[in-house]
Amino acid sequence: METKTKQEKLKATGSTLRISGAEAVIRCLLAEDANLIYGYPGGAIMPIYDEIYKFQDQLHHVLTRHEQGATHAAQGFARTSGKVGVALATSGPGATNLVTGIADAQIDSTPMVCITGQVASHLLGSDAFQETDIIGISTPVTKWNYQITKASEIPEIMAKAFYIARSGRPGPVLIDITKDAQFEMFDFTYNKCTGIRSYQPYPELINESLEEAVRLIGEAKKPFVVWGQGVILGQAEEEFKTFLETSGIPAAWTILGLSALPTGHPSNRGMVGMHGNYAPNLLTNECDLLIAIGMRFDDRVTGDLNTYAKQAKVIHLELDPAEVNKNVKADVTLLCDCKISLQALNDKISTKTYPEWIKRFDDLDVIEKEKVIYGDLNPTKPGLTMGESVEMINKHSNGDAVIVTDVGQHQMVACRYAKFTQSKSNVTSGGLGTMGFALPAAIGAKMGAPSREVVAIIGDGGYQMTIQELGTIFQQQVAVKIVILNNDFLGMVRQWQQLFFDKRYASTEMTNPDFVTIAKGYHIDAARVDKREDLDQAVANMMASDKPYFLEICVEKEDNVFPMIPTGASVSDIRLE
Amino acid sequence: MELKTYTISVYSENNIGLLNRISAIFLKRHINLESFSTSESEIPDVFRFVIVVNIAPDKVHKIVQQIEKQIDVIKAYYHTDEETIFQENALYKIRSSYLFEERQIQNIIKSSHATIVTVSPEFFVIEKTGFREETEKLRQELAPYGLLQFVRSGRISVTKAKMGISEILNTFKK
Ligand SMILES: Cc1ncc(C[n+]2csc(CCOP(=O)(O)OP(=O)(O)O)c2C)c(N)n1
Ligand SMILES: [Mg+2]
Repeated sequence: METKTKQEKLKATGSTLRISGAEAVIRCLLAEDANLIYGYPGGAIMPIYDEIYKFQDQLHHVLTRHEQGATHAAQGFARTSGKVGVALATSGPGATNLVTGIADAQIDSTPMVCITGQVASHLLGSDAFQETDIIGISTPVTKWNYQITKASEIPEIMAKAFYIARSGRPGPVLIDITKDAQFEMFDFTYNKCTGIRSYQPYPELINESLEEAVRLIGEAKKPFVVWGQGVILGQAEEEFKTFLETSGIPAAWTILGLSALPTGHPSNRGMVGMHGNYAPNLLTNECDLLIAIGMRFDDRVTGDLNTYAKQAKVIHLELDPAEVNKNVKADVTLLCDCKISLQALNDKISTKTYPEWIKRFDDLDVIEKEKVIYGDLNPTKPGLTMGESVEMINKHSNGDAVIVTDVGQHQMVACRYAKFTQSKSNVTSGGLGTMGFALPAAIGAKMGAPSREVVAIIGDGGYQMTIQELGTIFQQQVAVKIVILNNDFLGMVRQWQQLFFDKRYASTEMTNPDFVTIAKGYHIDAARVDKREDLDQAVANMMASDKPYFLEICVEKEDNVFPMIPTGASVSDIRLE
Repeated sequence: MELKTYTISVYSENNIGLLNRISAIFLKRHINLESFSTSESEIPDVFRFVIVVNIAPDKVHKIVQQIEKQIDVIKAYYHTDEETIFQENALYKIRSSYLFEERQIQNIIKSSHATIVTVSPEFFVIEKTGFREETEKLRQELAPYGLLQFVRSGRISVTKAKMGISEILNTFKK
């Protein structure tokens, strides 16, 4: 393989060093500015852990309580810092425990490098102790993976791993290193990778497409923007905001696009998709021009494709050629980094307003407010709602917090109601919908943005999938705020059972432990609230703490999240009740 | 939608895992491969996969995009039969006694333009290169005599149009 490289100055004296493969791995990490890593040791990766010990003044290793936690923490770190997250595990079960997090990072385009130890090369294929074919297992869920059997391969492969993970459409890379390669001595030099001949991170913008897009935007009477995480990954928030402010086009976000634009910005019209807002979903089928920016028309966004935006012309700003015309046929595609495409558009479009079209959004917003939002945020029933809990967090965070969510009703409610003033503030498992994501992801999110408040909002179900990471939070004193919205149910599944399976609540009710006692067992300050009059103070206490803090909010057991587009239905069939 | 035969050509680096990666793309979409072959290409250190699938026309483009997206893939193309020159290769193993006892066999070999690769006291092996219909016709003609073994290779093909891989590689060098 042919790669382009850049000579990096070595921190050590001399240009080459005779060191072990294990030490080389550490030096590569440091050269890539990865001085915070998450992992779990074991036999096949012990030589690398031995070097972690020696380099502990330069490299902070966080011992999670499960390898899945290491991947989600690395993801959380990547999502708030914009850097590559790193997770380490031993061979066999250590490696297979990484798979969920890798799959999550793949579908949500999160830059991550996973390093696994492997049995010695002469044992490969012999079903040796803790041997597993992690290359084979991880192939469908990695952007790239590679097995190293010789120490001399380490610098080039590590350099490629970081380059691939962070460039173009980011994603997870797994490097499997046999134990003998970790021990082997070799002459080390490190060159950063700056290009790979078989890999073009993103195509060059085609001028004709740009002209065509500008023409369509100029002609549109009812244009509508849907943006996704591409805006954040491309660090195009400024260009995006300018585009919206100049063009006057109303815009809505996919769940991963949330926080790229401050939620209070006048162009922000809410969320599209299954539990998105009423106006943007309905008006998707009324706009005459749909401009999709850094999003991939996931089925949770589009519902039935045969009835999705058929009346509209479509402009797709995307950097991954495989995503173009995959689900929705675009009339014009701007295949490039959206930062570049948006800047190019901004140079050519003129200032406009669409008062009548915007009024359609305003009118529908009124309906959603009356039928859904008011009841969610100002409930009259005795039990607390998830909506008012999130609203209370907004009140005390002023929208400045990073909100990390798990998967389920609380996730949808949090994303619908959380207020954001800064980008990279919404950390959630979107594409894979991985329960258990939030608690470890919050650890990484806080370490990736130490000066920011990080609030994890988690369901009682998902919390128990990775609850052991309380140990990591305690040991590392990661000052995250953990909020459990406890409905004693696998709420989202229960909602579906209620709506589509005649209330047959098969295995969705949970008898839960005393969560406060568990948190206290980890020496984490903890409180429970179940009365409306106590909510304000409880959240205030939590936000006032500068240590890790746990708050259980007991909410109504059988509330539902609306609006909702039933699976496979058209966005036009969005239900308000 | 009606299925169509496509030949997918992939130019790649020689990476051990790539075969797995490419076949996983088909597996994930529950698509059966008609044939799969790999060899060196006209360019040093660049390898070429030739994959034949029966697939709906709207799907083939998306699959090829997914293949091309793989880091070690330099370029992937798809073509219809009309756009390629393609061949398959088949071997037929038959009991030697038939060669002398059954006149008809010699006529079949002659008329099908097959060649005899080897003859031993026990068996002889015929080779035929051609289109699927041709190797298949020969198989059916020989079947009554008892084929001891039959095997057919995957399709290999070259395109009528230029591939331009060297240009891609040269652009990288700049
Ligand atoms: C690992 C995993 N298993 C199963 C599911 C399916 N699932 C989606 S939401 C949900 C319920 C989540 O319950 P809880 O964490 O209590 O959140 P709630 O919906 O009650 O807010 C389940 C089981 C999933 N998304 N992830
Ligand atoms: Mg629950």
